[in-house]
Amino acid sequence: MTPVLAFAAAGAVMIFAVGLIVVALVYYLVSVIVALRKITAGLDETIAGVAEIVQKSAPVNDVVTTINEQLDAGVDLLEGLLVKKAGMTDAVGLVDGLYPGAAATGFRNLPESTTIKAPRIGEVYTRGTLTLARLGREAPIAAGNPAGAALRDPERGSLAARQLYPETRQARPASMPRSPVIGTDAPVQYEQRDDIGAPRKRLPAAR
Amino acid sequence: MILWWIGDVVLLAVVLPVVVYLLRGVLDAAKSIVPSVQQIAKVAAAGSKDLDAAALLLTTQDQVSKTVAGVANYGGSLDVILDDAR
Repeated sequence: MTPVLAFAAAGAVMIFAVGLIVVALVYYLVSVIVALRKITAGLDETIAGVAEIVQKSAPVNDVVTTINEQLDAGVDLLEGLLVKKAGMTDAVGLVDGLYPGAAATGFRNLPESTTIKAPRIGEVYTRGTLTLARLGREAPIAAGNPAGAALRDPERGSLAARQLYPETRQARPASMPRSPVIGTDAPVQYEQRDDIGAPRKRLPAAR
Repeated sequence: MILWWIGDVVLLAVVLPVVVYLLRGVLDAAKSIVPSVQQIAKVAAAGSKDLDAAALLLTTQDQVSKTVAGVANYGGSLDVILDDAR
């Protein structure tokens, strides 16, 4: 082979190799561009979805905070009312009877409630009695203590029933508020209706 | 002359495979991201749809406010009607 032909062959091989590299670069880089465009399209959809999520969840924090504040106020009110009416020990026992184990947690605004040993009210009273007590009927829940009197004592049934009512009735006061007076001589008169005493309306006769 | 042929051989036997290997790795990595991004887009759309009920929280807020007000009135009445614990 002459030197000129040898140089020409080496140059041709070089050009072929460079061409191969360029073809490989073009193929793979175009493929990467296509994949990146798919990723861009997917990210656009994702951003739109996330923007919707942000927009829809924006008021959630404030609303939930307000709801929690109002519920906290309601819980404080009911707990305070229960403790005021039933007493701390009975209130803790009542709550523990309805929700076993709740006495350990105690009332939120009354830290001393966690130190009270809850009386075993749930073992003495039925669920209905506890429900009445929960509704504020003043059931003698203190008697739920095993050391105290039982509510369902057959010999003292009437006494136990009377204890369900407020103290003013148990003391048997000499005078209680009278029942309202009705009739023409009643101290409180209401406006008379015009249609009372008037002839009755007649429906059209059927054909 | 010999160096030129050696250069050709190196170009074909070393440089070209390395270039192809590296580009293929980049392409595979890019392609592997596509399904993940598509799944994320689906999840974001589903999450957005799940939050459609968030607007009902305003109704819940109103109802809770009314309920607590009713409980407060009821509790006030009970406080008047019932005697305190001794």
